[in-house]
Order: sequence, then C-alpha cells, then structure tokens
Amino acid sequence: MEPRLTLADCLRHHLRLTGTHVGCEHGVCGACTVIVDGAAVRSCLMLAVQAEGAEVVTVEGLSNDADLTPLQKSFRRHHALQCGFCTPGMITTAHALLSEEPDCDAARVREVLSGNLCRCTGYIPIVEAVLDARAAYQPKGRDRSGDRA
Amino acid sequence: MRTVNSLIGSPIERLEDLRFLRGRGQYVDDLARKDMLHAAILRSSVAHGRIRSIAVAAARALPGVHSVITAKDIGNRVPRVPMRLQPLPDFEPFGQPVIAETKVRYVGEAIAVVLAETAAIAEDALGLIEVEIEPLPAVADRRASAQDASLLFEDKGTNLAIKFRAVRGDAAAAFADAPYVRRESFRTQRHMALPLEPRGLLAEWDAARGRLTLSGGAKVLFFNRRTLAKQMGLPESAIEIVENDVGGGFGARGEFYPEDFLIPFAARHTGRPVKWTEDRREHLMCVNHAREAECDVEIACKRDGTILALRGHAYVDVGAYMRTNGAVGARNVAQFMSGPYRIPHIDVDVALQLTNKTPVGTYRGPGRFETDFFRERLLDMVAQDLGLDRVEFRRRNLVSQREMPYQIATITPFESKDEFDSGDYQTTLDRCLDEIKWTEKSKLAGKLIDGRYHGLALGCFIEGGAAGPKESARIVLEPDGLYSVYVGSSAIGQGLETAFAQIAADALEVTIDRIRGVFHGSTCYVDDGYGAYHSRSVVMGGSAMLDAAKNLREAIRAQAAQRLGCQPSEVEIVEGSKAVGPGGKSIALNGLSSEGISAEGAFLNKKHTYTYGAHAAHVAVDAKLGHVELVDYVVVEDCGRIINPLTVHGQAIGSVVQGLGGAMMEHLVYDQEGQLLTGSLADYLIPTASDFPNIRAIVMGDHPSPINPLGAKGAGEGGIIAAGGVMANAVANALSAFGAQPRELPLTPTRVWELAQAPRK
Repeated sequence: MEPRLTLADCLRHHLRLTGTHVGCEHGVCGACTVIVDGAAVRSCLMLAVQAEGAEVVTVEGLSNDADLTPLQKSFRRHHALQCGFCTPGMITTAHALLSEEPDCDAARVREVLSGNLCRCTGYIPIVEAVLDARAAYQPKGRDRSGDRA
Repeated sequence: MRTVNSLIGSPIERLEDLRFLRGRGQYVDDLARKDMLHAAILRSSVAHGRIRSIAVAAARALPGVHSVITAKDIGNRVPRVPMRLQPLPDFEPFGQPVIAETKVRYVGEAIAVVLAETAAIAEDALGLIEVEIEPLPAVADRRASAQDASLLFEDKGTNLAIKFRAVRGDAAAAFADAPYVRRESFRTQRHMALPLEPRGLLAEWDAARGRLTLSGGAKVLFFNRRTLAKQMGLPESAIEIVENDVGGGFGARGEFYPEDFLIPFAARHTGRPVKWTEDRREHLMCVNHAREAECDVEIACKRDGTILALRGHAYVDVGAYMRTNGAVGARNVAQFMSGPYRIPHIDVDVALQLTNKTPVGTYRGPGRFETDFFRERLLDMVAQDLGLDRVEFRRRNLVSQREMPYQIATITPFESKDEFDSGDYQTTLDRCLDEIKWTEKSKLAGKLIDGRYHGLALGCFIEGGAAGPKESARIVLEPDGLYSVYVGSSAIGQGLETAFAQIAADALEVTIDRIRGVFHGSTCYVDDGYGAYHSRSVVMGGSAMLDAAKNLREAIRAQAAQRLGCQPSEVEIVEGSKAVGPGGKSIALNGLSSEGISAEGAFLNKKHTYTYGAHAAHVAVDAKLGHVELVDYVVVEDCGRIINPLTVHGQAIGSVVQGLGGAMMEHLVYDQEGQLLTGSLADYLIPTASDFPNIRAIVMGDHPSPINPLGAKGAGEGGIIAAGGVMANAVANALSAFGAQPRELPLTPTRVWELAQAPRK
C-alpha cells in the first residue's frame, strides 16, 4: 500500500467498500466520513497507513441485510435523503453523535451536521431524522426497544 | 381500504432509500473494470491565450503512463460541443472544441488527457507536461466583452454571441403615455448548481464488435448518444450510455461536456476501459456556471398601481463558449421578467456576452431566479414610490384564473411563444400570507427589536415544466406476473423510481409490490428518450407511462382472449393478476406468456406546464455585523396533481435552501485576469445545516394541468426561483430606516453592512 493512499481511496478502491463517498477531497463536504475508534473522521484527510490497528466503521458496517436500522428508518421516514450521495456521511456522523450524546438537542445536531454538505434536502429533514432516532440510542433500560443502529 | 389506484397522491416512502441508506447505491466512481486505465486532464491555468507548444514526452515516459492525448491525436477537426437547446446557426462559431486546439479561452479548459495505470500516476504525469501559452488580454466581465477590444473569436469580430428580444404589445407607446415610470439597474452573481457527486465516466470499447459502452450518463443520455455517435463516426446503435445512480443534477450534471467525448475516445484509442472522475476543483472550474446577469429596466404604471409596461436591457455573461443549454438562462431572463404578472406591453432584450470564464448552462430555475430578483425588487420600489401596499400592488397585477391560458412575451429570433396553462395565483399568495402571519408580523417591519432590525417580504413566481417534444415508456408483464417499467426520463436524485412505481401501479391497477423495478435513463431501455430537465420527468414520462399501461392492458386482453376463446373486449383484468372472460372463466397473468408481454407508450407535447406560488420571509438583521438571520420562511406552490407529497415537499425545502445559498453566500469570484478565486469548497460557500433552520413548504395540488393526462406540473424549481428577490426585499424592509435598496446579490455580511451605513432617517 502506497503511503500516500488516503483512507477513503483505500476503502473504496482497494477494499471495494464503495458506500463511503468522496465529494471534495479537501475535508469540507463530509461525504467520506467514517468512524475510526469511535470518532467521526474524514477519510479523505487521513492516510490509510494511519489507520493501522484502528477500528474503522463505514456505512456498510452500520447496515444489515435484514432490515434498515432505526437511524436508517428515521432517515427514510423523514425523507432525509434525495440523491443519496451525502447520505453515508450523514449516517456515520449522526451515529457517532448519537452514540456519544443520545440526548442532544436540535442545535447540537445542526452544529455537528454543519460539517456535512447536502445539496438536495435543505438539511431540515435530516435534522428531524436524527432527532427522531435518539430513542434508539438511549442506554439499555431507559429505552424499551433496546434496538441500536 | 382500497388496495389499487390509491398510490398517486400518497406519501410513499422512497424505494431508492433502501440502497442509498446502506451505502449500496452505485455511482459511476464505484465501478471498476479489469485492466482499466485512469484518466487525468491537464487544464489551462491561463484564461485567454494562444497555445504555442505542448510537450508531453516526459509525461509519456513516466512509468505507469500509457499515453497522453492532445488535440493533435484527435484527428482532422476536433469535434465541438453542440447546442442542445436553441441550436441556432448564430451559435455555431462559438462552439467549444472538446480539447483546446489553438487557443485557450478559460481557466479549466482541457489541454491534454493522461491515461495511466492508476489515478495517482495520471495526476503525477500532469505535472510533467509543459505547455507554452502566449497570454492574450483576458475578457473578465460583460462590459469588457462589449468593448470588443480583446476578442475570444477573432474571426467573428465581436464578443456578442446573440441578442434575444422578448416582446408583447407596444411598450414604446405605453411608456409615452405613462403617468409613472421608474428605471433601475440590478445584478445577480455567477454561481452554480454544485451537485455533491463529482462527474465521472467509464468508457469501454469492444473492438471486435465495434461497440462502446459509456457509464456515468445523466439527464439527457439519448441526446448525448446522438452527439457522441456523430463525433466518433459510429452508428447510434453501437453506443450504449448507462445511467448509474446520480448524486444530484440541478441542471448541470449530464449535459454534454468535453469529457463526454474525450473519455470514450481514449477508450477506443487505447483499447482499454478508461475511467475518469473529476475532483472538486475541476468541478468548480469546468461544470456549467450560471446566473451572472445584469439589467437596466424600466417599469410604467398607473398611479393606482396597475402595471402598464416593462422594457429594458439585460446582459448575461455566458463565459467562453456557447454549449448545450447555455442560452436558456438568458432567454428566460428576458421572457420571464414579467413573472406571474399581467404586463400588457413588454420589450426586453438580452445580450449574451462572451467572456474568458467557464461557459454557462442551466441551473435549477435558470434565468428565473435572476429575473425574479430584478422584478420583485423593482415592484417593492414602485410600491414605495406610489404609496401602495406591497401585497395589494401584487394582487392587482397577478394574472387571474379567467385569463388562462395567458400568452406571455414572444422571444425572437426563434419566435418562441408560450402561455401559462392554468391556476389561481391569488390562492397561493393568500395561503402564503396566512402561513407567515403577514398582518401580525407587518407590525415588526423595519423595527429595531433586541438589537436587530426586522424585515418582512413576499414575492410571487412561476415555474415552467414539461418540455417536449416527447417521452417514451415501456411496461413488461413478466412471466412471473410482475411488471417491469422502463422510461426515457432520467433520475438525478429526485426520487423518480418511487414516483414512477406509483404512477405505473395505479395505471395497471396493482399494488406497488407488483412493480419489479423502474428502469430509467439508460439508452437501452426505450428507443427514444428525452431525459430530465425543465421539470419534465414526471409530467412527460408519467404521461407516457399511462399510455404504455393502457397499451399493455390491451395486449394482455388480446392474449387472454385467445386463451379463453372470447373477444378481447369481453376480458376483464382483475387486480392486475388475472384475466376474466365470459362466464367467469379466468386465467392467471403469471401463466399467460412464457416470454412476457411488452407494450410501449409515448407522450407528445408542445406546451408547457406552469407551477406557481409565493414565498415570504421574515428576517432579523444585525446592522453592525451585517448578519441576516432567517426567522421564518414560507413557500407555497401549486404544482398540479401531486404524485408523492413527501418527495414534492422535500424538493420544495431543498430548493429554497439552494436559493438562499444564491441569495446570501454563493459566488464564483474571478479576478481581472480571468482567474477563478473560489476553486474549493472552503472558498465557494454553500448552505450548511446551521444556516437556515426555519423554512416551511406547503405544496398544493388544486389546479391540475389541462395539457397532460396526468394533470401534473413540474415541481422542484419553485423553491429556488423567488428566493433572491424575497430575501433582498426582506433586508430592504428591515433596513428601511437606512434607505437600504439592495441592487445586487449575494447579500453577504459585508454587503448588508454597507447597506446599513447610510445615516438613519
């Protein structure tokens, strides 16, 4: 693996995990966001070699064949995606946020999502979808469904 | 509960979402082929100059580089990017060569294509190509362009591509007798669609069969195939263009760009699959720009606020070449300057001036965003002059329902006539005023509250849709009894698969799960498709779908009649699953034909639909910082028969936010040398999640269009069109104590601060 290979290109072109998207290659659009050791990071600004030994979770890792997760269902219900290109980055960013702060409010959601560009939805349905998915991230015992994304 | 014929009008959750949400969409850059080469393109860093030499030997020698292509390698005459819309002979001399031959005319113009084993090596090689360009004086704006001191095309002797003129009635006579006239100048700034997915292409040449497959098509694949076939000397039938998932269009994605020739050419040239994906910097300097327009305009009114006439001159900076749909925005600036208002006499011309900047094309609401800003600003100024209420002034002049169809200004030279199809423009205005609580909030107008000045504004718009001439659809009853739906309309992220599944299921009288899939865009699905632009996909493709469903049902009846031994007219199709003949004898459709039964349908149309509506905004302006907070924003539109309220609503909200980007922040800035100064997303700002949290959209479907069987009108552009004018009027209203009159967009903090520098009245 070349040292200059970005984590995004490694995921997409070497591991063929094409759910992670590349929209700007300079860390502004957030489409390439993945979760590295629990933190949402821009995989276009990180070299693949830097991820050695780390746990990397992509949108594929937050999905399953059987059904949409509660976060994904919430996105669908709120029509929080149109072209789908920013969506994987939105899902990973929202998942990292809700995992850390399951009680975040609208202002906090907007602040965190302001690092992810979407050109289709106007963001309003995305913020609603994330807020609506908070219940699924409550620690066990507080949330009766106990169903995490 | 009905199980069939209940889908149109229902907020069905989107079918596309199931793959997008799991990261299983397939965009063109997700594709890979064995033995694939990667392309990178060397682009001009000079805005205007003559090419003296291009030295590629060092690049060719780099290990991993397969070849380098320049104009010399293309053949006798480098193909031009054609005009797709308004293909007037006047434009031909200004066509863009797909790769620079003798001159470069904008920063970003393609000079050489490197093909290498990896994208990284291809990019490395770009730095090894030496290009010598003799610089010429750059034409950086429309004023310099009009002087013709430096010419983009010396043979032509002018930088004026063409002048359009929009005429209705006799404006000169109306102005001669007018009791009140106001003249103003306005300007909108260059900005762009900026879909989030960068463009990409994957070309595969099958030398043995002489066939080309091009993935990464979007929007207008059939036109692009016709163009490419001519340019490559191939029959159309030898080319297939594939539409993958497309990460946003907004008018820009999918037009025929130089790369749409260069990458297929490279595949044939090398005999290997070639993939190219642009980076964001390339996108910002190569994909169609839009919206750079100015006007000097005059309006004539009676003292009671009846508008008599509108006349003036507009100027559009079209960039370096006339390509594909580059004349549409300018045409619309002139033709739709009157908006939804009854203006009996109109005479507006528009000059399309060439400059050394990226060529322009359509961007959602092309020309309409610009001209709505001009007109709605002007209307507020007139209302102020004449002491009229802003709402009543507009109400008095809106085209009324009994005037429908209403003839608008005719455009010359191509005699483009048009008329509004239907609607009641007062109702969307009323609803908009109710929703924003206009009467109550009017008390805040211009007031300083908690350190900020509050402002209120409204504006009305119309949105054209349903461009002809045709759309095609095909439905297949599969042997297993499911239905496959094929359509020439294209998906650019707007949820087309869901909308068409709804339309087809209702037309076939089946539940939505009986639709196996909606297959769209690609040139292999129907014989003749027209794509996605001018808010046409659902109107045109949906109407074609109704025709195909009717034809399929007839074909099923005919086939079933043979099996049942009766006449086709005696066969009834029950819930799309069985055919029932006389005496209750029936046959299941899944056993009807081992090959499946297919039927085609088409819709032909020369008229346009007109969606309409109103926007209103409430802002709070910090006069010291120039910051504008959007306290509330409402858009109300009537787009005829609504297929899916969930997706139409989403289109409206998203469209407004794009419009607010254009109103408040987005700006492609060039210096006087023709250098693009906003070549990254850190410099070119678009709205983020924290900018505009308070927007509401109400979509009505009270007035179906009379010109198509579906009754649908275009949707998706109404949110953007009025945003510039409404925001500027809201800021003017907030800062009325300073006599603020915005005449230019965007309303950046600096500009708003400047507007508040006059002494308070």
